[in-house]
Amino acid sequence: MSDQLFDDTQSRSAGRFRDSAFGRIIREPMGALGITLVALIILGALFAGYTGYNPAKLAMRDRFLDPSLSHLLGTDHLGRDLFTRVLFGARIALGVASIATGISFIGGLLLGMIAGYGPRWLDSLLLLFFDSLRSFPTVMLALALVTLTGPSLGTVILVVVLATLPGYARVVRAQTMSLKTSEFVLSARTLGARPWRILAVHIMPNLIGPLVILVSMDIPVVITIEAGMSFLGLGVRPPTPSWGSILNDGYAFIRESSWPAIAGGLPIIIATLGFTFLGETLRDHLDPRLRRDR
Amino acid sequence: MAEPQGLLEIDNLSVSFRTPRGDVQALRSVSLKMGKGEIVGVIGESGCGKSTLINSTIGLLPSNTGAISGHIRFAGNDIVGMLDRDLRRLRGEKITTIFQDPMTALNPVLSIGTQMIAIQYRRNSSPHEKRLRAVEFLEKVRMPDAEKRLGQYPHQFSGGMRQRICIAMALLTEPDLLIADEPTTALDATLEVQVIRLLRELQRDIGCSVLFVSHHLGAVAELCERVAIMYAGEVVEQGSVRDIFHDPRHPYTRKLLECDPGRILEPRPVLPSIEGELPDLVHIPHGCIFRDRCPDRFERCHERPPVEVIKAGHRAACHRARELASP
Amino acid sequence: MLAYALKRAGLAVIITAISLILLISMIQFIPGDPAAVLLGPLASPEMRELFKQQMGLDQPAIIQIVRFFGRVLTGDLGTDVLTNRSVLITVIEQLPYTLALIATSIGWSALLGIPLGCFAAVYRGSLADRIVGVLSVSSIALPSFVVAVYGLLLFSVRLGWFPTIGAGDTGDPLDQLYHLVLPSLAVGLGWVGYLARMVRASMLEVLSENHIRMARAFGLQERTITYQYALKIAIIPTVVILGMGVGNMISSAVFAEIVFARPGVGRLIFDAISTRNYPVVMGAVMITTGFYVLCTLVADLIAAGLDPRVRSAL
Repeated sequence: MSDQLFDDTQSRSAGRFRDSAFGRIIREPMGALGITLVALIILGALFAGYTGYNPAKLAMRDRFLDPSLSHLLGTDHLGRDLFTRVLFGARIALGVASIATGISFIGGLLLGMIAGYGPRWLDSLLLLFFDSLRSFPTVMLALALVTLTGPSLGTVILVVVLATLPGYARVVRAQTMSLKTSEFVLSARTLGARPWRILAVHIMPNLIGPLVILVSMDIPVVITIEAGMSFLGLGVRPPTPSWGSILNDGYAFIRESSWPAIAGGLPIIIATLGFTFLGETLRDHLDPRLRRDR
Repeated sequence: MAEPQGLLEIDNLSVSFRTPRGDVQALRSVSLKMGKGEIVGVIGESGCGKSTLINSTIGLLPSNTGAISGHIRFAGNDIVGMLDRDLRRLRGEKITTIFQDPMTALNPVLSIGTQMIAIQYRRNSSPHEKRLRAVEFLEKVRMPDAEKRLGQYPHQFSGGMRQRICIAMALLTEPDLLIADEPTTALDATLEVQVIRLLRELQRDIGCSVLFVSHHLGAVAELCERVAIMYAGEVVEQGSVRDIFHDPRHPYTRKLLECDPGRILEPRPVLPSIEGELPDLVHIPHGCIFRDRCPDRFERCHERPPVEVIKAGHRAACHRARELASP
Repeated sequence: MLAYALKRAGLAVIITAISLILLISMIQFIPGDPAAVLLGPLASPEMRELFKQQMGLDQPAIIQIVRFFGRVLTGDLGTDVLTNRSVLITVIEQLPYTLALIATSIGWSALLGIPLGCFAAVYRGSLADRIVGVLSVSSIALPSFVVAVYGLLLFSVRLGWFPTIGAGDTGDPLDQLYHLVLPSLAVGLGWVGYLARMVRASMLEVLSENHIRMARAFGLQERTITYQYALKIAIIPTVVILGMGVGNMISSAVFAEIVFARPGVGRLIFDAISTRNYPVVMGAVMITTGFYVLCTLVADLIAAGLDPRVRSAL
């Protein structure tokens, strides 16, 4: 991930780009595929309640059923319909993704701007803090935090935020520092504008667009962290169906039936591939400069 | 001075490139002949097609090349349309090139020796013999401590020395034709003089032909026997050095000489230049290509000018070539 | 270059120290009495107090941190609470398995990824290039634990081609290799795509440089130009990335060790945190982080060694 988002002589809004680029994204095969997969996930999350099954209700007579018309993905070790559980898992995945991403985005934006624009000592301190966080392998971070706060959805969100925020903050900081010396900021300062005003009115609008792209490209990573933590038993507690815990149950009973494991992994694959394809295509069209290899 | 037949015959060569704006006609009906052992200069500003001419001759045109017509005959074989396999037998062995920027011309992670030996891969000689040859030619370009320096890397040499290494590389296969693409443009004046002298000496030693492409009039005048002047993809005048520099017949050549800083002897408030801009090579204007910038234009310039023969060996593409004698 | 390496090493050490301090502080505040966990609910309060004193757990956090670093400098990483052995030995016993896993993963992913990237660069724009592009992106996106479970399901449980559990017989290297196939597949898959992309980008940059044009003008064969002239330069940044990637692989290794029930440092830390075995956690994280720093350093030095320009600045 490069520290530079774009030349500091330009100032654009992402909205205008998205409208004009949407058609182009659909036309690209990777983009079309990405949007389809993401749409599947979103629709799944929306209509989870309409399958007719309760994701938590036990039905011990129906354990380990193979897929059929009544159980599209079969049943798990407690007889629960896997398809329904997967759809509810989509809600968790998307929920964590949006909340955690939102927090990281805002936090990264604020802290990055402060680090870039504020006094040197504050910048050095923040930088040291960011880099220390980043030198932790994510799994270690997750393990440590879970022992601190116990496994829960909140812990997952905290882990995701701590894992992604420093990266965003660094990029925002680099961009703020280069924008700090650009002409329109200097002229605003000579006119007597105060730092907060400069940050809010002049600098921030230029940061938001590229940061949105960067953040949306991280969504597959966020989903992976959530699923991974739930897989290790560090995330949501049973019986809440997270894809990771479905996969873990499948793993535990892998000899009894293949289907629970397949059912757990499949939505993770669809979601990560879908968001990755979408993110790549989005980046190519909205800001080709972020792409270093064309 | 008559034009000897022989080594390289570029015959009505036209090359165009496909671009988003349209087809760029980079070269149009270019004709040029070189004999064995001749030193021919090509003068022109950027955009005149020099690079395309060179790339065509060594068979390294880019992938967006469009139509190629005409012939480039080298020792009887036509380079246009030649298979890459056959081109590779000529390129680097019989036809070698020296490029403009010595600082980036050599591979930074391979030693000089490795690179000089690598280009001899077509030969049957032993590695030891190839090494000896490399040392021999480094000595010819007056590289001190040649044997030891074979093991060093490009960044350990100055710009001038790197250019000398490139010259050594270009000559160690004893080519029939050496193409020098602006070899002195990136060098300062003292280095330029050294390189020119070196080239002249080595040319006499090896006996190869040299195609010297440059926009430094002085360098061309010193080194070359014949000169071709190119403008916007065409050869507008060719002749011996004496003819071109003392009796230029094409208005562009005359303007070029007028603007050469080396010729300006008294101080002037404004340096002379040619007004106007290069024509659009996608939409070639009718008639003479230099028409819009020519101080001597008249009505007939709307027609494509014929190639007027001033005398044997001296030709200019201008309706008024015969009248425009130097005072 | 030596000064540069030392400076970088120094910075890395500081950052590692801070990370560890953060980690230790966090662990200090963990609810749950380690003594109670380890000695069982039937232990009397006096026994728990004695245990805590022995462990030094009754001291304030700052003192513990200082004492910890002091002991580290003398090579003593503490005592494993559960087995009463030296933490250093416990970790060192497990380290080779993780190292073997990481080495195999890097090995095969580099063997596959680098040529793919090279190929994609040379045939840029072709259908093959696009396919490699999509496959690269996909391999980066797929989480390693999903690949691990699916691999286990297909190749081990259903097809029976590879073993399910463990690392194999200690005396038999071939058996160990056999046990490494699936885990290293899971850990390495993401890297194939990442390396392919990096190498492709790097190669495209190098191939557009002047000296490559010159090499072509001298009629060198494309094969020579691609491998001896271009790849040799393009590979340098890739080596640096690989070094940094080792840290990333430790995360994936944790998953692989758990799914395939392999011994290793990742698994050790995971179990230790669950059982609140603080000394093991601290010691293992320290060694792991130190190893990561070492790898980045080594990668940097190798990259510098490959580039003669940096070498002669030594």
